[in-house]
Order: sequence, then C-alpha cells, then structure tokens
Amino acid sequence: MPSLPEWGAEPMTYLIQGETGDWEVVVGLEVHAQVSSKAKLFSGASADFGGKPNTHVSLVDAAMPGMLPVINEYCVEQAVKTGLGIEAEINLHSVFERKNYFYADLPQGYQISQFQHPVVGEGTVTLDMEDGSQRYIGIERLHMEQDAGKSMHDQDPKRSFIDLNRAGVCLMEIVSKPDIRSPEEAGEFVRKLRSILRYLGTCDGNMEEGSMRADVNVSVRKVGSDELKTRTETKNVNSIRFIMQVIEIEAERQVEVWESGGEVVQETRLFDVARNETRAMRSKEFAHDYRYFPDPDLLPLKLSEDYVAALKASLPELPDQKKERFIAEFGLSAYDAHVLVQERETAAYFEVAASGRDGKQAANWVTTNLFGALNKLGLSITESPVSAANLGKLLDLQADDTISGRIAKDVFEIMLDTGDDPEKIVEEKGLKQITDTGAIEAAVDEAIASNPEQAQQVRDGNGKAIGWFVGQIMKATGGKANPGAVNQMLRDKLSSD
Amino acid sequence: MTMLNELTITDAYQKLSSGEISAVELTQSCLDAMAAARDLNAFVTETPEIALERAGASDTRRASGNTVGPLDGIPIALKDLYCTEGVLTMAGSHILDGFVPPYESTVSANLRDAGAVMLGKTNMDEFAMGSATVTSYHGSTKNPWKLDDGKDRVPGGSSGGSATAVAGHLGLAATGTDTGGSIRQPASFSGIVGMKPTYGRCSRWGLVAYASSLDQAGPMTKSVEDAAIMLQSMAGHDPKDTTSAPIELPDFQAALTGDVRGLKVGIPKEYVIDGMPGEIDTLWKRGAEMFRDAGAEIVDISLPHTTYALPTYYIISPAEASSNLARYDGVRYGLRVNGDSLDDMYAKTRAEGFGTEVRRRIMIGTYVLSAGYYDAYYVKAQKVRSRIAEDFTKAFNDVDVVLTPTAPSPAFAIGEKMDDPIAMYLNDVFTVPASLAGLPGISVPAGLSAEGLPLGLQVIGRPFDEETMFRASHVLERQAAFSAKPTGMGG
Repeated sequence: MPSLPEWGAEPMTYLIQGETGDWEVVVGLEVHAQVSSKAKLFSGASADFGGKPNTHVSLVDAAMPGMLPVINEYCVEQAVKTGLGIEAEINLHSVFERKNYFYADLPQGYQISQFQHPVVGEGTVTLDMEDGSQRYIGIERLHMEQDAGKSMHDQDPKRSFIDLNRAGVCLMEIVSKPDIRSPEEAGEFVRKLRSILRYLGTCDGNMEEGSMRADVNVSVRKVGSDELKTRTETKNVNSIRFIMQVIEIEAERQVEVWESGGEVVQETRLFDVARNETRAMRSKEFAHDYRYFPDPDLLPLKLSEDYVAALKASLPELPDQKKERFIAEFGLSAYDAHVLVQERETAAYFEVAASGRDGKQAANWVTTNLFGALNKLGLSITESPVSAANLGKLLDLQADDTISGRIAKDVFEIMLDTGDDPEKIVEEKGLKQITDTGAIEAAVDEAIASNPEQAQQVRDGNGKAIGWFVGQIMKATGGKANPGAVNQMLRDKLSSD
Repeated sequence: MTMLNELTITDAYQKLSSGEISAVELTQSCLDAMAAARDLNAFVTETPEIALERAGASDTRRASGNTVGPLDGIPIALKDLYCTEGVLTMAGSHILDGFVPPYESTVSANLRDAGAVMLGKTNMDEFAMGSATVTSYHGSTKNPWKLDDGKDRVPGGSSGGSATAVAGHLGLAATGTDTGGSIRQPASFSGIVGMKPTYGRCSRWGLVAYASSLDQAGPMTKSVEDAAIMLQSMAGHDPKDTTSAPIELPDFQAALTGDVRGLKVGIPKEYVIDGMPGEIDTLWKRGAEMFRDAGAEIVDISLPHTTYALPTYYIISPAEASSNLARYDGVRYGLRVNGDSLDDMYAKTRAEGFGTEVRRRIMIGTYVLSAGYYDAYYVKAQKVRSRIAEDFTKAFNDVDVVLTPTAPSPAFAIGEKMDDPIAMYLNDVFTVPASLAGLPGISVPAGLSAEGLPLGLQVIGRPFDEETMFRASHVLERQAAFSAKPTGMGG
C-alpha cells in the first residue's frame, strides 16, 4: 500500500511514497466551459439554464430533415476573447468537424466540434501558489463544440426521456498540457481559468449548473523520470474539490497498480462521489470510432487579423494585469493582490474602498475583516451589507484619528448589521475619539493616582507596565481616548525625573 | 390541338396573360393527366386541393392585376426530397414514414411565393441514392418513353418521378435535386431539360440531405427557357444555408440571346469511355457540329483527372451520407421499431427503414471515415476532388463552356443493373465531374438512340456563370430541334 501523499521538501512537490520509491503525478485537464450566450452555437434557440424540458429547442437542434446549422458569431467572439485571455494563439482559419456517434440525446447523430483545426492554439495560464511561487500551465488548445441533450432514466420504469434544451449549446473545451503536478495545482488552475472567464464574461463559471466541468487525465511516474506513462481520463467532474479528489485517488490507485506488477490501462473512468472512488466505464460506453470529418454544412471559420486585434483591444483588465497594478499602485503584497483579484467583484470592491487611501490597510480590512464576516454570514461580496464606499469612509475615520482602530472594529460590526454610513454611526453613538488633552490628562492622572505600584514600575523602566496603563485608560474612556496621546502623556508624566 | 398540360411555361404564361386560359383550367388539366397516368408512379403524393386552391388564388391575383411573375399559376411537381409544410415528405424512404414537416424548404417556398402551383410530390430513389428511381420505398417510376419490346424503362434517377412528370406532361415543370447527376441523367433518359446550378446558387435549407457538399436543387423542364425561368425563382442567397452564395442573381432569361458566335466550346477528350455505345459518341460529335454551325468555336481540351471522378464521388458522397442519415434513429420522427434497448431500437428501426442501396452507402461511408482508412480514402478523395476542380479551372481559361454527353446510355429497362451496383454507378460518369467541381450543368435533349429513346447532351459552365451555360444550351436546343414525343402515354 502506498502511504498517503505528502508535501515533499521541494515547494509544491506532491509525492506519493510507494514501496519502490517516490512517485509524482502528471495531470492534464480538459475543461468544458459553457459560453455565456443567449442563443445556441448553431441555432437561435435559447441557451438559458433551466426551462421546462424541450422548450428551448429549434428545428435545427432537433435535427429535423433538411435543417442546417448557422454559426452564432457571438459565440465565436467569446471563444476568441477567451483565447486572448489565456495568452493563446488565435487561428485565423479553423474548421468545424462532425464527431459521429449514436445516442438518444444527440439528435443529429453527430456532435459538431473542432478537431484538427481549433479556433485557439497554444497559450498559458499563470498560477499563484499559496507559498508565493508561480507556476505556468500550458494550454494545448481551445475549441468550440455543441453540448448534447440530457437523457433521464428515472422518470418511468420502462422508458427514458430526453430533454433537448441543452442540445446545441456552445461549449468551449480548453485543454491543458500535462503540466499539472498536484491536486492543489489542478484546483488553482481551474480557479484561475474560471477567474479569467468571469473577467472576460465569456462563461459564468457556475459549476453547480454545469457551466463548467472537467475531464481529468492522470498518470504517474517515478520522481526524476520524464517518461509519460499510460493515463486514464476521468470524465465530467463537476467541482474543484472533486477534481482534486480524483487526482489523489487515481494517483494512488495507479501507483499501486504499477507497484504490484500490473499495468495501468488507458481507459475512461467515472468518479463515484458516494464511494469516493473512480471506476472504469464499460468499454461499450466509450469505445467509439468517432469518424471525424469536416462538416460539409459549414464553411471553414475565417477570422481577419483586424477582427482579432479589435477584440484584443476591447479586452478588460485581466486578473494578472490587475494584480500587477494593485502591487504597483497600492503597494500590496503579491499574495494580497492575488487574493483580491481572483473575483472581479472583489477587486472592484477593493478598488473603491482603497482609492486615495492606504492600500495595505484597505487590503487588510477586505481580506480579513470583511471576508471573515461575509464568510460567517454566507454572503458573497456583491451581497455585502457594508458597501465599498462605506468601508472607505471607515478607513478615513480611522486615518484622521476620528476613531481608534478598536472603535473602527466596533463600528464595522454595526455596519454589518445595519449597512449604515460609518460617519452616521460614529456621530449617533458618540464614538469620536477624545482628543481633548484636558480630558485625557484627567484620566491619566486618575489612573496614576489609583495605581501607585504600577506607576513606580513604569518609572523603574518596565515598558510592559505602560501598556497596562494604556489599557486601563482606554477602558475608562470607553475606548475613545486616542491611544497615541495617552501613551505620550503617560511617558511624560512617568518619566524617571 | 395541344392539351393545356402539354404547354411549356412560356406558352402557358402567354395564354394566362391573354386570358385565354385560367390557372385553374391549366392545373385541372395536369391533375387529370396525373390521374390518367398513375401507372407511371411519378407522384407519391398528389395534392389536388392545394393545387386548385393556389391556382384559384393565382387567377384572383391575375384578375386584379397583381400577378407576381412568369410562374404565377404554373402547375409544377416537387421532388419528395423537398420538405413541404403540412404535406407528407418521405424522400423515397420508409424511415420517414408519416413525416409531415412543419416547415417549407427555401426553394419550394420561393416557388410558392412566385405563384407556382404545387401538384404533388414526385417519386425518387431513396434519399436520392440511385440513377434509375428503382430504390424508392414507393416502387419504381416508369419512363413514359417505351419501345415495342413491352419492357418498362427507367426514367433515370434519382429525380425520376419529376422527369416522368415533365416528360409525360403531368406538370409543366418540376424540381429535382442533383448530387452526382440526379437531374441531368434522368433529363437525358426522358427527353427533357434538366439543369443543376452552381453549388451554392440555391439554398439547401429544407432539402432532405444526401451529400451536403454536392446536393443542389434545380429545375426540370420542357425547354431551356423554362429552366431559366424556374431557376430565377428557385435561386438566391439564404442566410439559413451557410453554403448558399451571397451574390446577386443575374437575369437568366435575358441571357438567352440565341447568339453563340465566337463562343468557345470545349470537347474534353477524356469523356470517351470503354463500352460506350457508338451512337452516344456520334451524337456528341453532332452536338459539336451544331455549335460550329451556329458560329461557335470548337476547342479540344483535356480534363486529365476525369477518370478518378466516379470513385472519388463514391467515397465523398457516401461518407457525408453516412453522417447525414444518422439522424434517422427512430427517436423523434418517422419510423420507430421498438427494441429491447436503445441500440436494439436503432438497429431494428434502421434495418427496416432503409433499403439495400441506402444501407450499402451508409456502410461504404462509415468505412471510408473509419480510423485507419480516413486518410487513404476520404482525405485522398478530397485531394482528387481539388484536382478535378483545377482541371476545369484550367480548361475555362481556354473555353466558355464544355460539351459532353449527359449519360453513357439511353434509358434501360426496369430490373436491369439492379444486382450490379458498379454498372448502375457508371450512369453518372459524365455528370459527376461537374458535381465534384461545383459547376453548373444542363442536359438538353439532342437526339434519339437507334432504338428510338431520347439522348441528352450536357453543357457545363463556369461557376456562377449559368448565363453562358443557358445561352449555349439554348442554341443547342434550337439546333437539335428535338421534337420526338414519348410513345408510352397510352394515347
């Protein structure tokens, strides 16, 4: 039995310790991302999720005799934008081909896809790992294809039902090179890809609704080897957690197979969530000769350089660029910047809150206080009761010494409850910091007088005791005294001479 | 006196315009002829109610001065490959049992909008796969041309029902479709004009697909001028068919100037094949003379890859067909034969629904697309196809049109060549090259065989230059002055 995977000495090295030595895992992902488009790839029918069965079906989708596909140019635009977003080569000439196989939810008897000539070629996705390192994952290609319909086998004891609402919806298949070396990298890859797609608006990245899913290709090899051994492909994995689980399970299984003298078989496998295992599909389920050939109903897809250049010019700022800008403009750490740009909404929130203010402080507030609170409330950043503008105001109140850091946290709690403007809260609750030296002095004198022993310790040079006094005075003033002023006054009054 | 159903479109249009006849009378005369000639099996579905209704509407338009063009009130037949809204469409196949489309094909809708009156749907080889109209689920269609040997002859195919409808004067004109010769070859066999436009000239939307890169709709008529009139309404860019050409339509009728002086007519030396009857060769030479007599210049040309055209066609068309016909699976429409499992249902439905020839082509097509054979067959065939097209491109540097025989024989008897697919495929040997190159071609009746059966000559034009092709074939028609009548109409 191989032991559980462990993090090796090298950063980001994921090793499986077998009986014959250490193994590493080689992973490639094929991510299917549904293009955000109102209409399907080759018909005008709605591509919306949901809807009663067979209500989003055109004559083309149902493959009625004599019906012909017409390319949806909006979908092409989204695929090209996505290609540009992953820094990939755009192929000005690409071809739609037919992938032939019979299934009840595939009305044409073939899926229109791209095979030999995809619209997007090689690209790169950059991953920011938790330890601050970066990994570059190569993209092999991106192509467009039609989704199939849905077969429902649980509606009737004898019959299966078919829902063609999804049939013909445009998917982008994004194929990575086998550059991924751990479940964490795979997870980060999908998160990063999803982030790019969402920034571009080309896919909503909603894995629960099936807008994104992945086929996971896994093989293992001895550490130090650069051989690519037989891989398995686990189909249709629909969450980041499951993708990571599949890699762990497959890697362990394969190491065990090799070490026990067996041979890993190139096959298609399914992930059984309930049993937390992968298992081979029956050969019948995948043993197809797809007989790809160029679809004679469609002309080759030709794009002009100008078209691609115009799309490139229209791209929004993407996560990597935004991250660099946040580092440069706001002085953030690479890690904070990475965390803030993952979701476009978070980045936008941060920018409003941080604009014209101390960026690092704003980042701290967003990544610790706000994220923590939202997490507890189960809310997304767009649902935050504390608006970005109000968080900014809170930072201002703290910066100009209107309130102390401690009070700011209290005000923030109230803002979470009420959504109110922090200025209003501070005003109404009388939380303004006491900057009146007379009032502070009175409190300091009172404290020194009541605690002669501690006062003596301070005079004797015990620095910790000063902190104790500050605490006492802050307590006495309900936190409203300016801690800096209190500290200074204590030092003045308790100085040894 | 000429019966109304025997009129050409141009003649009928004059009589309609002058008020001598009504569209209803004209239509009724065709319906009567259809009823009298049912033994020919030209129509698989007759639509007399629709016909009379549309004819009546045409007469109303004419009475109020709102005639929509030269086809207004002209009764025509539609090949059963055209999907017709609310009218059974089976493409000669059992697998489309009971299929009534909720939509009208673009080409037949264009004709309907031009005022043409639909008489019914004509018989055809199953899914247009055949050269004799003998593979139809509805049985064979008979050629109205008979000899005194008592044998029924094929009308050619696959548009044999339409050919018989026109030759037998059951309609003034008909639509066909041509993939490898399915309009031109039956036109030759039946003594009529049959024209295949440039690929992309007519929309394929709503035509039951056989081989998508080759299928074209086209007219089958009694004269070249009628073909020009029909094409004018059938053709045009259709945004629903990506392969239809977004270019302006010329005025085809205006191209019929009757003048071919200086026109260069190419005679390709490769169109002489082994075992071809001498009378075909003789007719071809006579055709060249007719052109010369009319002032055209005859130029010997070479189309060196011609010999590979037929095998290339019989790789590409079945490959596309094997995929196009995958949708007939018993799930959504047409025939379903229940089975123990989904695969069993597919197998039973398709075994019962498809005839022998369709099954053969699905098998061939599946084979040539299979892993390990794709490069050797399909990819190579596509390369040869490009060479064939290049041959024509080069030839058209030197000539304006190409003249060839349409078919290597006159109509043969029903039952012949049935057990020899290769012999059957040879019917298309002269029509397939232009199909592979996407070129317009027209067959014009040019003479009779020694036995007394019609023979056609084919004029091939440059892509999207149907005008020159029409001009040339119109002169050929005049020179040939083909006036023989079918002998088998039973009076």
